Amino acid sequence: MNHLPLIIKREYLAKVKNKSFILMTFLSPLIVVALLSLVAYLTSVNNEKVRTITVLDESGFLNETLVSTDQMIYEYLSDISLEEAKKVSIENNSYGLLHLPAFALDEVSSQIRFYSEESPSLSLISNLESKIEKRIGELKLKKLGVDLSKIKAAKTNIDMNQENFEGVKTSKTGSFLKLMFGGAAGYLLFMFIIIYGNLIMRSVIEEKTSRIIEVIISSVKPIQLMLGKIFGTSLAGITQFAIWIILIGVLSVAASFFFGVDLSATPQQEMMAGAISDASTNSELQALISEFHSLPLLNLVIAFILFFTGGYLLYSSLYAAIGAAVDNETDTQQFLMPVVMLLVVGFYVGFFTALEDPHGTISTVFSYIPFTSPIVMLIRIPFGVPIWEQALSFSILIITFMLTVWTAAKIYRVGILMYGKKPTYKELIKWLNY
Amino acid sequence: MSTLLEATNISKNFGEFQALNDVSIQVPKHSIFGLLGPNGAGKTTLIRIINQITMPDVGHVILDGEPLKPEHVQYIGYLPEERGLYKSMKVGEQALYLAQLKGLSYKQAKQRLNHWFEKFEITHWWDKKIEELSKGMAQKIQFIVTVLHQPKLLIFDEPFSGFDPINANLIKDEILKLRDEGATVIFSTHRMESVEELCDHIALLHQSKKILDGNLLDIKRSHKTNTFQVGLSSSNLNDLKIQIAERFDSTAAEFKSLENDLKLNIKLSTSDTPNDLLTFLNANATINHFVEVIPSANDIFIQTVKNSSL
Repeated sequence: MNHLPLIIKREYLAKVKNKSFILMTFLSPLIVVALLSLVAYLTSVNNEKVRTITVLDESGFLNETLVSTDQMIYEYLSDISLEEAKKVSIENNSYGLLHLPAFALDEVSSQIRFYSEESPSLSLISNLESKIEKRIGELKLKKLGVDLSKIKAAKTNIDMNQENFEGVKTSKTGSFLKLMFGGAAGYLLFMFIIIYGNLIMRSVIEEKTSRIIEVIISSVKPIQLMLGKIFGTSLAGITQFAIWIILIGVLSVAASFFFGVDLSATPQQEMMAGAISDASTNSELQALISEFHSLPLLNLVIAFILFFTGGYLLYSSLYAAIGAAVDNETDTQQFLMPVVMLLVVGFYVGFFTALEDPHGTISTVFSYIPFTSPIVMLIRIPFGVPIWEQALSFSILIITFMLTVWTAAKIYRVGILMYGKKPTYKELIKWLNY
Repeated sequence: MSTLLEATNISKNFGEFQALNDVSIQVPKHSIFGLLGPNGAGKTTLIRIINQITMPDVGHVILDGEPLKPEHVQYIGYLPEERGLYKSMKVGEQALYLAQLKGLSYKQAKQRLNHWFEKFEITHWWDKKIEELSKGMAQKIQFIVTVLHQPKLLIFDEPFSGFDPINANLIKDEILKLRDEGATVIFSTHRMESVEELCDHIALLHQSKKILDGNLLDIKRSHKTNTFQVGLSSSNLNDLKIQIAERFDSTAAEFKSLENDLKLNIKLSTSDTPNDLLTFLNANATINHFVEVIPSANDIFIQTVKNSSL
């Protein structure tokens, strides 16, 4: 008899009807949107703040080349001593005092000082530094008798068009898109495994502690129960994720509408906005769209579904086995450690190595190792991985999955009937022979 | 009488530990079969093998003429010793789920559940969660779920634990009724008085081996010692005592009586019949009490286990 659908249904409903699950489903998006709104709001408040910087230029090099902007006002002082300038700066409540003493052009650079009440932000200092550097550089060139207008004329703006050997146009924006695709897929899988793997584990432990397990497995095979649990919980997870995505979308729109907060001003999205504004001209925007279309979309979607499912099932069977081996959640730590380590290795290789160098040796190797391949491969695929490589990696993943399920089912079958003591790794291996 | 379940030469090891050593049992149809033994004797392992939860290393099980196979779970109802229900699930939903796992359709399950819930007068529990019920109440639900699919073979592991006397009696009557309606029951317990009341056949496991089995009455007959408990009154009790001691093997006995009697257990030699004893006593004293000492299941249990440990 195949009871799998019945078990999946029960596991699904048990999760979905659970009060804390419902609460998490509807509260999390609220919290996320609230936090994002707060960050966006604070960022905008921060940007609106106008800073005044007092400038005492005894060298005369600057010659008022620092021009005030919306956020930064430069007040130039002249014919007063440094001490007096400091007083004026404090009285005017300005952010700080920039001081260029009267020195020769060759020596002045090491004499420039910035005085302020609190330590100034790094970006402000480097901003000032680069402006002064540019100005003094120009002055030095002038002194050497170079015609500045000629330099300006010689300056060339290169905007390289990228094309692959088949003649398909690519762009930096395209690379960014690939990065987004791979990163999002890998991150999603990582989060999914962490959240719902734990849920599966807890639900196995619950069946043990409530002592219902023996009643159930006198009706169904343990492996059916285990798979039913994994599928049921996964479906509940997908439901929750879908609700999250929809709610976060709706709430962000609502938040930006009601509070006038632009959520796209948050840091990550600024990156995206930056990339898109790179596509400053219309033709580049068109390139972006065609880039999007030229991504191996079908391949991406299929690979996402396969690797996501495979990776998730692989890990969740491990979580189920851990749940079966122990009596309570505190005992899970020693067994969870190696599993989480594997996951984290996959995550790090994926996000640091594979995003940087998608076809390097490390990325390639780790995209074959079954416990890291789902994340690493998902990140690599947008950058173009031959189908045979994907197929090979997926085959390894599936074979490992089947071995793991077989092992996990053995541990599960024995473990669910063991009460009272925390097993060691040695005992777990013994269970495989029962 | 034909056999419903036959387990032959079952052995099972868990690593170094031998849980069952060449155990065979035959459970006759429509009987209540007591599976007895001290803690750790291997009862639960044997029951799990019959339920196909564990596989035997050696030996095979035949249910109703067929080698045991996965489809057979629907013919077996099992109430394990370690039992429980999903705590946060509603009573009705849960019972329906477990019944469907045993192969009933939703409709059938619902119908039969209604019948049982009415019978036990617990229809108002349907929408309660298990965690809102007391332990005894949950046990009742568990019992219903075990018998709901009308299995040929019912296996109860300590079915009365957790019940108060009234409900234990209710369950006992239901078990007897199920037997009369044609079910076969395997019944594992430490409580010997329920063995006396219920079991037709027993098997006794000790240290992974079967050390005794058969029809309970036959076993009792084979364990009887030809001993009679007598209560006598006479004008001269001391003389009577001496007279009896000369003729028979007697020891002092304890039982309640209204008279200030001489109370003895008299063991007959093989050449004597009860009638010889009666004739002798009749000639010498007034007989107020005369009864054959039948070994209780408890006595047989303790004695057999002790003997086999020697």
